[in-house]
Amino acid sequence: MQTYGAIGEDALPDKARRRFLTAGALLIGFAFARPLRAFEREPDLAAIGALDAAATGFDGFVPDGFIRIGVDGRIVLVVPSVEMGQGIATGEAMMIAEELEVGLDQVEVALAPADLHAYTQSLLKAQATGGSTSVRAFFIALRQAGAAARTMLIGAAAERWRVPPAECVVARGIITHQRTGRTLTYGAVASAARRQPMPGEVSLKPVSQFKLIGKPAKRVDTAAKVNGTARFGIDTMVEGMRVAAIAMCPTIGGRLRSLDERASRALPGVVDILRIDDAVAVVGENYWTAKRGLDLLKIEWNEGPHATLTSATLAASLRSAQGTPINGSLTGDPDRVIQEAGKRRIEATYDLPYLAHAALEPINTTIHVRPDGCDIWVGTQVPEIARIVAAEIIGLPPDKVIVRNHLIGGGFGRRLAVDTIQQAARFGMQVSYPLKIIWTREQDIQHDRFRPAYHDTIAAALGKDGLPMAMMHRTRCATVRSYYDRKPWPQGRLDPDAVAGAADLPYAIPARRSEWVRQDGPVALNWWRGVGETHNVFVVESFLDELAHAAGQDPVAYRRALLGKNPRSLAVLNNAAQASGWGKPLPPRCARGISLHDSFGTYAALVMEVEVDTQGEILLRRATAAVDCGIAVNPDSVIAQIEGGVLFGLSAALYNGITFENGRVQQSNFHDYRQIRMNEVPPFEVFVMPSEGKPGGLGEVGTVSAAPALANAIFAATGVRLRALPIDRDALGAKGKQS
Amino acid sequence: MVSLKVNGLSVEANATPDTPLLWVLRDHLGLTGTKFGCGIGQCGACTVHLDGNPVRSCVLPISAVKGEITTIEAVGETAAGKRVQAAWLSLEVVQCGYCQSGQIMSAAALIAGNPRPNDKDIDAAMSGNLCRCCTYPRIRAAIKAA
Repeated sequence: MQTYGAIGEDALPDKARRRFLTAGALLIGFAFARPLRAFEREPDLAAIGALDAAATGFDGFVPDGFIRIGVDGRIVLVVPSVEMGQGIATGEAMMIAEELEVGLDQVEVALAPADLHAYTQSLLKAQATGGSTSVRAFFIALRQAGAAARTMLIGAAAERWRVPPAECVVARGIITHQRTGRTLTYGAVASAARRQPMPGEVSLKPVSQFKLIGKPAKRVDTAAKVNGTARFGIDTMVEGMRVAAIAMCPTIGGRLRSLDERASRALPGVVDILRIDDAVAVVGENYWTAKRGLDLLKIEWNEGPHATLTSATLAASLRSAQGTPINGSLTGDPDRVIQEAGKRRIEATYDLPYLAHAALEPINTTIHVRPDGCDIWVGTQVPEIARIVAAEIIGLPPDKVIVRNHLIGGGFGRRLAVDTIQQAARFGMQVSYPLKIIWTREQDIQHDRFRPAYHDTIAAALGKDGLPMAMMHRTRCATVRSYYDRKPWPQGRLDPDAVAGAADLPYAIPARRSEWVRQDGPVALNWWRGVGETHNVFVVESFLDELAHAAGQDPVAYRRALLGKNPRSLAVLNNAAQASGWGKPLPPRCARGISLHDSFGTYAALVMEVEVDTQGEILLRRATAAVDCGIAVNPDSVIAQIEGGVLFGLSAALYNGITFENGRVQQSNFHDYRQIRMNEVPPFEVFVMPSEGKPGGLGEVGTVSAAPALANAIFAATGVRLRALPIDRDALGAKGKQS
Repeated sequence: MVSLKVNGLSVEANATPDTPLLWVLRDHLGLTGTKFGCGIGQCGACTVHLDGNPVRSCVLPISAVKGEITTIEAVGETAAGKRVQAAWLSLEVVQCGYCQSGQIMSAAALIAGNPRPNDKDIDAAMSGNLCRCCTYPRIRAAIKAA
């Protein structure tokens, strides 16, 4: 049986390496079962139950997909959601551990293997991580799993002692019979616990008795991530593995026409040259050899039906979309109120660009296809879908495909798409050895599946008090669902994502409509951090600012006046405004802007303070956020997600838009798809409101807040209203007011 | 066959002289803590030390390497590296973690030459390292705490 520990000598390509290893031992060896170090090695499928337990020698108590307690006392918590930076491995482990009554320092945490039955979550109805759903979907289920396991373990101990279970207590994995002081460890009763009945119902701790949840916890993945031992998909190294560099057709829908591979074949170390419809792979003994071989190919592409595609034609098509609008929400008769509003009618159009994810770990997949099965080493947000699509292509039953999921070096939605795994399967089935495919950064950006572009029109009628009596918001865009579902989204049906953040607002506006005009196009799409809300909240919050200024009112006071029925939104608004020094004087060309939204079950306000110089350059002076996410499972992770999420959104708003010319993506790498850097990051404060409400999502929340707060601050500083992203610095220079 | 000194050890690798140091470390020596991010020296994920100075290993051909290489796997054996790693853990800097090897290498080189860097020093030393999770506020705080 092949084992997949830390990089073994046998996987290494040359003898020099072996000498190095035996001499140095700097590589961390395969240390079995060290708590907190679980991410230092390849997924231990024996411990997490993906393989036949009998064959792996795991002996212990396995009540469900989440908990493994060995007779040796080893405790493995299998977290259902994938860890891509958001801290969910820690958060979900806390939920299980809270009821199991163990400390995080006592457990190993592992990512779940592909298993639809064990790990499907209730909100996405799939084994998937995305949309800020994990905590919301698993907050009860994982605590119940922990409580059920604890009940069975106590039951086993009580049976051995012949005492009622109610006389036993447990702390840190040690069961104590209170009257006699006898103790048993979980490991000691792991075998007997298997014979205990699974409890039908368990009662969960009240918030007041939480020992872990709600207190800042150290993440379980940090140690491996600061000493270089954390294993991402790209770090996969298995025996006999070869590495491929690939060329992909630069145009959408294009195909390989001809290939002259003679020079490449002649290069020492080139092992194979593989073709699929729209790409070529040069396989080498290592990546650099493959890359050199790739550069020697002479490839001609049949550029296909979209070879003349440009951003201008895409934008024109979106602006002129004539499809029948589908209502996302409708209250009252906003059409009539706005039509009759005369001079108190205000309208605007907003445009948002395609966006790439540009996660720092470039796309990669390692695949080993054999007649009887297939292994895939990858980081994916959708392990079960990955397994199904690979099985379809290879022609294997899905249960013969093992997905060895990894830490992901930034997801942001990219790894919800399985196009890259499908591509790997098409290449991998042509060879007998394990094949690792690594995309270049340029390919990662140019062959991404993009956040859609949007064209929005929005209108409002103001009452005598200046507040909106009616609002109409029409979004024009394609649907991501056709790509995520891998089948066309039905015509005439609302894609809720298209109106997310527009259909429900924090504000009381008497008459209101949000609607969607569908306009599909050739550009392949995907979810992007913040999903529909990132787009709609930018439009709504920018426009609300426009209304406040039209009414001559302060943007915070204006919002406050619309929040009478929404105390949680009001509280975060007031908190962020006060902490930011809202209303206090600032130097010339400096100003604050606010955004407010209520998305993914979390209430969030952000104040950005900026300076815009006379060249139009923007200096971020300060960021102040307040969130009410209900119970904050790991409050430190909540703060981290808001910090990171806001800055991620600011980075895109400041710099990013994917454009097309001659059917090709024009951006390629971080020099022309710029990202925010250390020297641009302002001081940042995050306030987490104390709450015992249901926990809300967080991964997307900060990103949603970012762009509108920035654009509103820029307006306040310059008088220039930005209705398109990324920010147009040319519009902000000397033209901006000199106040 | 090229000879290198990596993490205090003399090693040989069967790589062509144009091979970037990054791929020798990762593919030939199995030191996968050093990451591939952009391939053009724009993101800093591949940062290692060459005689204590931070360099981008993705654009450094091994033929040009004259000196001793230190990677994330061994930087904890230096005083500055140890302090930086401890501060990273204490302040819970990491999110996805993919850039952090490079961040820690840049930070360790900064701290080694300048034990008490101010904000401008940090900007100058760290702005070549991208973090797409945007852990920047904590990186700054951790460098100050290191």
